[in-house]
Amino acid sequence: MLTIGLTHYIVLSCLLLSFGVAVMATKRNAIGILIGSELVLNAAVLNFAAFGRYRVGGVDGQISGIFVIVLAAAEAAIALAIFLNFYATHATVDVDRGDALKG
Amino acid sequence: MSVIEAIVFYIFAGLLVFSSVFILFGRNIIRSAMWLMAALGAVAALLLLLGANYLAAVQLVLYIGGVLVLIVFGVMLTAKSPYIRYDVKLHEQIAGFVVGGLLLAGLLVALLNSPWPKPPGVVSDQAASVRDFGERLLTSYWLPFELVSLLLLAVMVGAAVLARPEKR
Amino acid sequence: MSDIFVPWRKRPPRHDAGPSGLVARLAVGLYRIGSPIVRRFPGTLFILASTAAILATGAIGYGMYTIYRLSEMSLPMGPDAKPATVVEIQERLSQLGLPVPATVVWCFQSSLVRDVVALLGIIAFVSVLAMFAIWWERKVSAHIQSRLGPMRVGGWHGWSQSLADGLKLIGKEDLIPTEADRPLYRLAPYLAFVPALAAFIFLPFGAYWVMRDLDVALIILLAVLAIEVIGVLVGGWASNNKWSVYGALREACQVVSYEIPMGISLLVPVMIAGSLRLSDIAGSQQGGWFHWLAWHSPWAFLAMFLYFIASLAACKRAPFDLPEAESELVAGFHTEYSGFRWSLFFFAEYAAMFLVSGLLVILFLGGWDAPWAGLDDWLGRALGWHWLISLSQSQNPYDRLFHGVFFSGPLWFIGKAMVLVYVQLWLRWTLPRLRIDQVLYSCVQVMLPLTIVVLVASAVWEMAVQEMPGFSVFASLISPVIAFIGILGCGSAAAAIITGTIGRRALVGTMAVERPLRGG
Repeated sequence: MLTIGLTHYIVLSCLLLSFGVAVMATKRNAIGILIGSELVLNAAVLNFAAFGRYRVGGVDGQISGIFVIVLAAAEAAIALAIFLNFYATHATVDVDRGDALKG
Repeated sequence: MSVIEAIVFYIFAGLLVFSSVFILFGRNIIRSAMWLMAALGAVAALLLLLGANYLAAVQLVLYIGGVLVLIVFGVMLTAKSPYIRYDVKLHEQIAGFVVGGLLLAGLLVALLNSPWPKPPGVVSDQAASVRDFGERLLTSYWLPFELVSLLLLAVMVGAAVLARPEKR
Repeated sequence: MSDIFVPWRKRPPRHDAGPSGLVARLAVGLYRIGSPIVRRFPGTLFILASTAAILATGAIGYGMYTIYRLSEMSLPMGPDAKPATVVEIQERLSQLGLPVPATVVWCFQSSLVRDVVALLGIIAFVSVLAMFAIWWERKVSAHIQSRLGPMRVGGWHGWSQSLADGLKLIGKEDLIPTEADRPLYRLAPYLAFVPALAAFIFLPFGAYWVMRDLDVALIILLAVLAIEVIGVLVGGWASNNKWSVYGALREACQVVSYEIPMGISLLVPVMIAGSLRLSDIAGSQQGGWFHWLAWHSPWAFLAMFLYFIASLAACKRAPFDLPEAESELVAGFHTEYSGFRWSLFFFAEYAAMFLVSGLLVILFLGGWDAPWAGLDDWLGRALGWHWLISLSQSQNPYDRLFHGVFFSGPLWFIGKAMVLVYVQLWLRWTLPRLRIDQVLYSCVQVMLPLTIVVLVASAVWEMAVQEMPGFSVFASLISPVIAFIGILGCGSAAAAIITGTIGRRALVGTMAVERPLRGG
């Protein structure tokens, strides 16, 4: 228990990922869903760094983590632009209201 | 040393799980954003513990300084009252928890039963320097690096186009 | 009866119960008892307090020294000294027949003492800095407007005005609007203040005067400045007040957009020095005025000004003080705040001002070196005075003190940073405020392209210096020219200040009272 190893980080990032998925599934506010996806991506960053430290060595894990963070930032920017557009047309960010294309 | 490392790990892992629980069950979106900040900070601390200094610093700058500010900003722009709540029906919530729980169970069973062998050769425990990092990024990882920069350019243009007011 | 206008639906509940209320009542009592004494003997009390602080520091240092001397180990000094572990010291002591318990040794081990002293020093420095800067700002603004500013509290030019204000602020009622989001409203000032304080952990004040010398310190400092924004945002939002939300929104879009030119212009010195560690960057500029990175190339010179403008926006100083524009938004994000929480926002602001100035000093203006820092070696060689040559490596504490005071040390760093803080104050009381669209226009369409051009041009310049011998000769000729322009600029500013001070009676609306009033 007292020697921290890869297993600890795997369990932690699994927890974080499933929390993120559950947040994405239960929120109806679009920004809540964005928060959930950030949790999921953070789980990936943590996992990359942990594998990099305990298995691969060097900076490879960190570099993959950097790419994940950059993609997350890009995703947040685009998502917010979409939400603002959605808000301009629907006056809400409730994702259940976005059913204009539903047959 | 390892005892201290374990204590620090458990503190921040606890903070991480605690704040994720609050994000999951919280109704107030801006408080969820604050708990997200706690979670991101805890991840940055864990990255520091893993010796990934540069990654932790980037996590602080990009996530807390960029993404989180954007999220709070988005809440401010799209909210009519400070207590915006979108009530979710109970069966939807239960379905969400079941999905999350099943995913967790499946992942844990799969990941903890796989051996994860150590590769031959010594894995150094030393924290990698920023210099190594930059050299690797521009030599062996040059293609993803350029692709990401292209993607960022596309995102910048795309976000600007999307957020532009419509011309009449 | 019912159509009578009632300003409050009910009397807001008193919030001075509980621990914070107790603190407030204690502070009021302390103020009642203490203020006559402070007023009567300000100088004596100041001297007594500083003596007590020096004695306490000395006592800790002496304890550490004794432990090390008893164990016959040398104190860790200098750049690569390795402090002895507790177990080593204790084994050594028991070999010598001195069974000192491990807890005592642990309390005086050098890394712990160093960290505790550093933390206390940081907290003390930030508090004194904020108090001094608030008083200074009031005096500077008053003198710019031909007023006197605070003159009474404490005696000489109202020097203890901030102290009295601080006591007053602690004693004020801590009002939380009924419709506010209470937990977030309480959290926000700490979100602004704690990062600003934590940033000083990574800011080097001198060659070894830094608590944690991280290899990514620069990025961490940028992150800290960004986290402070969240405190302002949350505070404005949680107040549930139109003015506050507008202030917070302005802060968000302003800071997020100005962080980009700020980060890009900081990359120029990073590229030249080849490191993200602040002490490395400062160390690469050793040797006095002509080695400073600001004069390294024309692009670095430009980058310094771009960084300075962006840093003004990042710590919301005029002309970018839109989040708290008092003529439009009452007080912006802190409209609803009062008492201690309000003062925390101000501590954070002044700490951030020092932080960005310190960063500029480290990255561009030679860090902790005096302008004539290389002169000691040069003079020592020229005149044959050997004691001058390796002063900085000397083990003699008096030599080090002499070198630290006159050639390179934390005093120089603080002095240079304070000059830049003064420039910030001066700009605030001289320039009009921009409109929010002008702020964003100047960032996205002026600053951002300019910084990118500067970054690319600087990269090309550095490559050309390395690859082309002819160009490196040209560059080494250009650099002193820019350094002379820098000397001219600083000299003319100093000359303007001196003439202004001498001829201040000739200014329009001369100060009403020439001599300070007696206190009271």
